Amino acid sequence: MAFNFTAFTYIVALIGDAFLIFFAIFHVIAFDELKTDYKNPIDQCNSLNPLVLPEYLLHIFLNLLFLFCGEWYSLCLNIPLIAYHIWRYKNRPLMSGPGLYDPTTVLKTDTLSRNLREGWIKLAVYLISFFYYIYGMVYSLIST
Amino acid sequence: MQSMNLNPINGPNPGQSLARRDYRGVASSQPSSAQQLQTSAANTLLAASGPAPSLPNPMAVPFNANVPSNKSPASVFGGVATAPKLVTRPPTEQKLPYGVPAPTAAGPEPNNNAPRAVQPTMPPTAQRPPLWQPGVAAMPANSIMQSALGNSQGFMPPPLPASQNVPSQQQQLPAPGMFGAQQQQHGNAPLQYQAQNVQQQPLSVAQQGFSRLWGQDTIDLMQNRHILSPATIAPPKVVLHNQFHESINCSGSIIRCTLAKIPESNSLLQKSRLPLGIVIHPFRDVNSLPVIQCVNIVRCRLCRTYINPFVYFVDSKMWKCNLCYRVNELPEDFQFDPATKTYGDVTRRPEVRSSTIEFIAPSEYMLRPPQPAMYLFLFDVSIIAQQSGYLETACSVLNRHLDEMPGDARTQVGFLCYDSFVHFYSMAEGLNQPHEMTLLDIDDPFLPRPDSLLVNLKECKELVRDLLKQLPKRFAHTHDPGSALGAALQVAFKLMQASGGRITVFQSCLPNKGPGALEAREDPNNRSAKDVAHLNPATDFYKRFALECSGYQIAVDLFLMNQQYSDMATISGVSKHSGGCVHHFPLFQKTKQHMVDSFKQCFKRYLTRKIGFEAVMRLRCTRGLQVHTFHGNFFVRSTDLLSLPNVNPDAGYGMQISYEESLTDVKTICFQAALLYTNSEGERRIRVHTICLPVTASLPEVMHSADSEAIIGLLSKMAVDRSTASNLSDARDAFINATIDVFNAFKIAQNLPSGQSGQLIAPRSLALLPLYILALLKHPAFRVGTSTRLDDRVFAMDSMKTLPLDQLMKYIYPELYKIDALVYHVRNSNISLTQDEDYDDDELLPEMQRLQLSAEHLDSRSIFLMDCGTLIMLYVGLNVPTDVLEALLGIRSTAELPDYVYGLPNVVSAESDALKRFMLRLNYDKPYPPLVQIIRQA
Repeated sequence: MAFNFTAFTYIVALIGDAFLIFFAIFHVIAFDELKTDYKNPIDQCNSLNPLVLPEYLLHIFLNLLFLFCGEWYSLCLNIPLIAYHIWRYKNRPLMSGPGLYDPTTVLKTDTLSRNLREGWIKLAVYLISFFYYIYGMVYSLIST
Repeated sequence: MQSMNLNPINGPNPGQSLARRDYRGVASSQPSSAQQLQTSAANTLLAASGPAPSLPNPMAVPFNANVPSNKSPASVFGGVATAPKLVTRPPTEQKLPYGVPAPTAAGPEPNNNAPRAVQPTMPPTAQRPPLWQPGVAAMPANSIMQSALGNSQGFMPPPLPASQNVPSQQQQLPAPGMFGAQQQQHGNAPLQYQAQNVQQQPLSVAQQGFSRLWGQDTIDLMQNRHILSPATIAPPKVVLHNQFHESINCSGSIIRCTLAKIPESNSLLQKSRLPLGIVIHPFRDVNSLPVIQCVNIVRCRLCRTYINPFVYFVDSKMWKCNLCYRVNELPEDFQFDPATKTYGDVTRRPEVRSSTIEFIAPSEYMLRPPQPAMYLFLFDVSIIAQQSGYLETACSVLNRHLDEMPGDARTQVGFLCYDSFVHFYSMAEGLNQPHEMTLLDIDDPFLPRPDSLLVNLKECKELVRDLLKQLPKRFAHTHDPGSALGAALQVAFKLMQASGGRITVFQSCLPNKGPGALEAREDPNNRSAKDVAHLNPATDFYKRFALECSGYQIAVDLFLMNQQYSDMATISGVSKHSGGCVHHFPLFQKTKQHMVDSFKQCFKRYLTRKIGFEAVMRLRCTRGLQVHTFHGNFFVRSTDLLSLPNVNPDAGYGMQISYEESLTDVKTICFQAALLYTNSEGERRIRVHTICLPVTASLPEVMHSADSEAIIGLLSKMAVDRSTASNLSDARDAFINATIDVFNAFKIAQNLPSGQSGQLIAPRSLALLPLYILALLKHPAFRVGTSTRLDDRVFAMDSMKTLPLDQLMKYIYPELYKIDALVYHVRNSNISLTQDEDYDDDELLPEMQRLQLSAEHLDSRSIFLMDCGTLIMLYVGLNVPTDVLEALLGIRSTAELPDYVYGLPNVVSAESDALKRFMLRLNYDKPYPPLVQIIRQA
């Protein structure tokens, strides 16, 4: 039993990942609400847009921790998602505030279904990595 | 009530259905040939037809395997544009038909793409397998396939029954009389003279007639250059097998679907490669609109569809919704017919007798009391605006038409001017002249006083008129180069916030002060470059502003009277997302009279046309379909709801439709557009349009029922999206690929031999598609290589998105007419006038033939008229006879015409009168009479 930096990293990653899961769930719910006409797209975009950057930054922060403690495998697992996030943010529609979603285009069927699918996939990724982080934490705690 | 196909067409016995067809063909050939004698338009044949029997087309099924990987135009515009695959038929399928002599028995048949001149020498009984004849639809599927296949190999035709041999000869001719049959033996025979033909080969003409009856004839575009004819221009008729439904179906001028027959599944649509969507002109000025006021409006409880003529009445108490198929109860009072004041017959209600109807909405349809008409005008008074001198014209037109603006006693107006600062005009009671206040702090704009900036028009009319007289003089000597459009919009928003309404902005230069300031992005040296940059907005300030406005039911209309680059792409966002409209008068100068006149006409129409406030439009589709993308100026508030703070009668919209599930178990589908708005008298109204379309499982039927004008309308909108999302060359490629795909798909659908060069078989319905696509590629919106100002291009793209279809088609492909026929007609009818004093020549204009826009039609002895929608051009040839010139233009020779002539000269003559009446007829459906320009041959 050793509580080292790696174990700390995984504990932080677990907590952070729990937040990411919440972000993903919120994302899915929000787009589902849009699809079923419950919400006005302007309001919905206003509530979603401020959350985009925190989510991305939190995810990058966790991976920075992995980088510092040399958990290469965990880092590699997350690099594709980081790359996607960067690509996504670079190709965002023209807007002055932070965020990704433009209320004038968010209701296009293509955009809507893409966002919804993205939400589900990210939720799955975060869930899988959650269990992986538990494993990683236990592994680093019991390995001496 | 349900439209049923009454013809027992699905019988497996081909012989039986052949007999039916032959019988019917002979029987109905007489009336149709009589029609031919009367009119030249084949569409009258269509109109004369009753419910046409739809034959199962056996060709659709066997060739599924040959359809290339699906790529609809939607994906052409949405994905990477790649060249479509040409599908070559696998040789294994080339079997000889049953009972056909071996191919070696006969010499090679002349190929289908043999020169036209050869054909008249062919004996009329020449046996030749029909390439595509609806007549052969009754043959077993495999024999058609094989005969068509065999043709490509050059083999002896199958010994067909006599009735089927005859049309094969006809097949070699283009569809008679319609598509430049001039080179043919029959003729110089336009359709009228085909009667001759009827006597020679009654049966073949009957079959030709049938094919035309179903709109299923084809044209070889490589052989026929003159394809613009009433037969190809007319949209396909919607056939519902129910005469009542057909007669009341929504007018094509209001809703047009790209396909008059809806494919039953997405895969069938993908095979046709045609876009599915509708173009709609919902607030069009209509003459006879039934308006009804009732206590409760009958709607489906599940999907909220309004009751319409296409619903099914289960019994006198129940109706079945035609969109979601829920069975609903009818309220008691629906039994009562207000017109005849009788009970019992629900089918006499206006709701079920008209597919376009307006309800006066009860209070449940109001979120707040209906707003009054509110108009706020924002004038740019910077130095550039003063130099153009638009303000004088605008104020004088406003002054003249102040009383004609729609509104009631509550109507309010207000005026703001802005240069580097914003100037307010207070017209409070008790003042004897308007009071000006200037806001200097444009970065943090506020209202200088809460009231009397927007004033009641009725009460303060004198002050308003006074102000409008003073305004042009007031700023005549300013030399302020600034234009604080953003700040002016923000204060305007604060003014209108409480009630909503319309903001009209006159902008004449790049906004360069305060919030929303922009920089010039256009490189004038790059105007003809291949890749056009800056089609997208530079900032989202105007879009965010527009969204804020749309939340408060404010629409912003933009008149851009720019002298130089003004970044239309960015500032038009303010109208695009708030449901406004954009007008563009490039290089406006008060010294140029034609520009002033044109602006006056446009502005007058703008002020006096109907207006709907705080509107929303919802488009409902039959279960299985959904709206994919909306095109136009609005804000999409939910998946099928458009928020339109203002709606005007000159705005058109487009919707792409996609499948949620297949439509295999339904015979018809419906689209219902419901526009809820407050009219200028403060009445809440709902205008409902319902269109019903048949569903088909046959690919050829889908292709033959395509509406090329609506397709162009939709493709152009998709291409605008494509050019802003990607770039212009992608959009251009997508146009070309979409066209190639469609014709490839048709080739496969009809099992035409691939690989034959020099031939391009098109269904009549799509014959004009390549022509229109080429026109689009040359249009200012999409052209490259020709110098086009960025603002002009962006405006043209904006027009593609917002013009209603009839105007859009003139904008894309102007109408060209030769005036000679008019002159000739007038002179001839003059003779009859002298003979018969009672002769009434009113409204008697000759049928004017539209010409293709090609220099070959121009000649120096004639006068031509080109109608571009907002401009009518008269082209005067060098050698026009003096008497014609004198009668029409009052000059003796063409050389007397100056370089720039606008407006028709006032000549008192029968010819000039006829020309004016002809123009009147052209202008009948236009929002305002266009400018007339006369040019002479160089």
